[in-house]
Order: sequence, then C-alpha cells, then structure tokens
Amino acid sequence: MSENKQEIYQQDIVGDGVHSIQKVIEPPKYDSSNAVKYVLIGLSTLFLFVMLILPLIVVITNALRDGWAAYKDAVLDKYTIKALQLTLLATACAVAVNTIFGLFASFLLSKFYFRGRQVLAALIDIPFSISPVIAGLIFILTFGNIGWMGDFLKTYHIKIVFAVPGVILATVFVTFPFVFRELFPVLNAQGKDEEEAAALMGAGGFTIFRRITFPHIKWALLYGVILCTARAMGEFGAVSVISGHLRGKTNTLPLHVEILYNEFNTMAAFAVSSILVILAVLILIARSIVEWKAK
Amino acid sequence: MEQQIVKVKNKKGVRVIPGFGLSLGVTLAMLGTLVLIPLTSIIISASGLSIREFAEVVTSKQIVSGYVVSLSCAFVAALINAFFGLMIAWVLVRYQFPYKRLMDGIIELPFALPTAVAGISLTYLYSDKGWIGAAFSKVGIKIAYTKIGITIAMIFIGIPFVVRTVQPVLEKLDRQYEEAAAMLGASRIYTFFRVVLPEVFPALLAGFGLAFARGIGEYGSVVFIAGNIPYETQIAPLLIMAKLEQYKYADATAIALVLLLLSFLLMLMINSVQIYMQKFSKG
Repeated sequence: MSENKQEIYQQDIVGDGVHSIQKVIEPPKYDSSNAVKYVLIGLSTLFLFVMLILPLIVVITNALRDGWAAYKDAVLDKYTIKALQLTLLATACAVAVNTIFGLFASFLLSKFYFRGRQVLAALIDIPFSISPVIAGLIFILTFGNIGWMGDFLKTYHIKIVFAVPGVILATVFVTFPFVFRELFPVLNAQGKDEEEAAALMGAGGFTIFRRITFPHIKWALLYGVILCTARAMGEFGAVSVISGHLRGKTNTLPLHVEILYNEFNTMAAFAVSSILVILAVLILIARSIVEWKAK
Repeated sequence: MEQQIVKVKNKKGVRVIPGFGLSLGVTLAMLGTLVLIPLTSIIISASGLSIREFAEVVTSKQIVSGYVVSLSCAFVAALINAFFGLMIAWVLVRYQFPYKRLMDGIIELPFALPTAVAGISLTYLYSDKGWIGAAFSKVGIKIAYTKIGITIAMIFIGIPFVVRTVQPVLEKLDRQYEEAAAMLGASRIYTFFRVVLPEVFPALLAGFGLAFARGIGEYGSVVFIAGNIPYETQIAPLLIMAKLEQYKYADATAIALVLLLLSFLLMLMINSVQIYMQKFSKG
C-alpha cells in the first residue's frame, strides 16, 4: 500500500512537470507513519470488538449454554411465538406508514416551494429527537384513562393503551421520519426540472412519479425501509410504556426478553435475544447489499 | 417579458408539477394524527399543573439526581464516542486493510440491534460474573450497576452517530491541504490539529450532539446495566417510567417536559455553534 502511495505522489508531480520537488515530498518519517496507521487500525478494531462484537458473542454463547434442546424450547415457547407475531405486525405497520408518508412528504418538500416548508421539515424530525419513553408517555396522555380522548374511547369501548393498537402507534411514532430522511436528500439533489419537463409535455401526476421520480429513489426507499424495519423491530422504551406487558397479548419480542430477564430466566432471555440478533445481522447484510447496489 | 409571466404564475400559485394538493394533504394528515396531536397532549397535560407543583416535582432530590446522572453519563459517553468515532472514521476513509467493509458494516450494529438485547448482553458482560466485569472486579472496579456501566451502554448506542456524520466529511476533504502542510514542514500532529480537525469539527460536533441527545433519552440499553439504585444510577427516562407505574401522570409529564426542554436546548446550542463555525471558516 505504501508503495502505491509513493507512486501516486510521483505521478502527480511528473504530471505537473515539477520533477525537482519529488524528493521533498517522499514522506520522510516513513516508518512512523506506518506505525501510526497500524496503531489506529488496531485501536479501532479493538474498540469495535469490545463494544459491538463481544455483546453479540455473549448473546449467542448464553443462548446455547444449556444445550440445543433448551434453546429450542425457549425459542418455540408459545409466548415467544406470540411476541414474534406482534413484533412483525407492528413492524409491518410501521414500514407501511413510513413508506406512504415518506414518499408523499419527500415529494412535497423537494418538488414544491411553499411557505412553511422549513417548519414542516423540522416537525417531521421531531420523533427522532424525542426520548422513546416520552413517545410512549404522549400516547398514554392522549388515549389513556386520564387522556383527553380517554372518555370518548371508553364510551365506544375502544382500547388503545395497554392493547395492540397502542403498541403499533408507539412503533409508528418512533420510526416516523426514517424513510422520509432517506428520500428527501436524494430528491432534493435531483431537483425538479425533469418533473416539470414531463408535466409540460402532458404527463399526469402518477405517470410522472412512476416514470421520473421513482427510478431516482428506489434504492433510497429500500434503504429507508431497512432502517425503519430495524428500529421498529427493536423498539423498547416507547412500547414498554404503552404495552402494559400483557404476556401473549401486548408483548413484543424485546419486551419478552425483558420479562424473561427479570424473572432470572437468563438463558431463555438470551435465546429469545438470539432471534433478534439474527434479524439484526440480516438487516445489516441487506443494508450493505443495498448500499453496494445503489453505488 | 418572459420573467414577468413566470412571476405572475407563481403569484397565483400555479404549479407545473401536479399533485401538490394531494401530497400536502396526505403529509399533513399523517403528521398531524400520528405525531402532532399526540405531542400536544403533553402540553395539555402539563397545563393542568400549577407552577408550584411543577417546580416541586422537578426540583425534588431524586429527580434532580436523575437528570444529573443522565446528563453527566451521556456527556462523558459522547466525548469518548467523539474521540473513537473520529478515529474509526479516519481509519475507514484513509486506510486500506483486510475486512474493511466488514468493519464499515458493523458500525451500524447499534442501530440494528434492539436496545433491550444490547442492554442484557452488556449487563452480563460487565457484571461480576461476566468476561470483562470479572477482570475488573478483581482490581476492585465495579462496572455494572454503576455510572461506569451506564456510560458504557451509552457509548454502545452512540458510536454510529459520530462515525456516520464525520465519515462523509472526511471523504470529501481534499488531501492537497495536508500535502501542502507537510511540504511547508508541518509535523503530522500539527497538520492534523491545524488542517484536518478544523474542517471536520462541525461534523464532529454534530455527531457529538446526536450521540449526547440519544444518550440522554436512551432507555432500553441503559435500564438493565444501571441497576436503578435511587440517587445513584437512576436515569431520567427511568424516573418517568417509575412515575407512570405509580399512576403519577402529572409527575411523569413534568419530568418529561424538562427532559424535552434540555434536549431542545442542547440541539439549539449545537446548531448555533455549527452555524457560527461555518460563518467563521468562510471568513
């Protein structure tokens, strides 16, 4: 590598026609710069290994600590399956809402100029900067017994807090800006000339979107969906506040992990965690593939 | 003449691209029902509190210590993340080495891994029985169930924010300046502090701010390792949770409101420093 570097330096200089400086530019303290490089790579690797990889290894080793049969029992437990189903349902809802909102909002904010555009963009980002616990709290304050919609919901026997709709709403809230945040920069950079040309040539709204806008954003959309899935699947704080921890009813996988852990059933907690670890790794791989394809 | 036509068109609000009304409608409807209306509840709920009640809750010893624990641990974690994040971003941008792509992919793990899983795993790792915790407890240092543990959990969740904000800026940074500095006789350290750092500093600050804000609000990965000892390792989000479990909604709202205000102020501060620095660097 260091050889290459030197060559590039030399070529640059030859290209500029300044042969005489060649010697001055050759890094004088060659050994020390290489040492710095390896120390930095080493330190970064060590940091990432201890902080990120080791926790994953802990999950896997503890999940399999009591053997394969115990692991299978914990993973195929009735409540685990129920929790997985709810997690998948909440994630699917979050992704659906995210995609629809992300497409409309990013199209709106990148193709049209109107008063309050900046304010709208700032409002969309709110869920991103709020503590998940507060996100859960606001739904309790809205739909709970003491909430201002509490009486209304009671008369119609609609249950949101401590029920599945609450879990879904909280998940949707915390993931709300994800797809928008991926799409908006891409659409903004693309400008609106192409859409305007298409419109002037007589294309309808949907055709413009399908033929002009969408091809620009398909990878960004997929990327946003992946990020949204990751966050929705793992959301803990907001869902924890609003779910009421009803086993088999409003328990998502991360909440199920917490219950098992607090019951000192550590092995089962790690076994259930391992499902989430596998999903997380799959998401990371998908993310890398999408990023690579997009390039 | 042509310009005038365009102007008139804009004044009337005629837009060439169709779909403005639909987009605006869908965006506002979804944002309103799913985010803004629930969010106003916290203000409605807080308006039911008198100022005296509010102050009483927020200044009680337990709550203040919660804020202090959250802020101090998140601050230290964000500082450590700023240091390592800059280093990792530098390594990823400037060096070629085996498994670099893998390293790049792993950075995002804290985004993808559910916080509860990270929480129990870190707790196990740093408890007296765990691989790292055992080594430290021999020397007499307890990590899990102390502020050190909380800080470690916050480092875990904050690291991608710094790396991912600094990385693009470093990629764009023209190496000519460093070469020029080297030619003029500057040492590598001097070059780093006087040439590279000023360029990446706004991004580094933004990453620091994001990691800091995330640390303050974080719940899932921190509760397990915190151990929740009153006045010692109770973080502010946990106190909101505890109040909710006692059905003290007003208290929970008060704590949440101060927390929201703190993170808002933090973001404002970081944004203004960034704007100031951008103006300053442009002359």
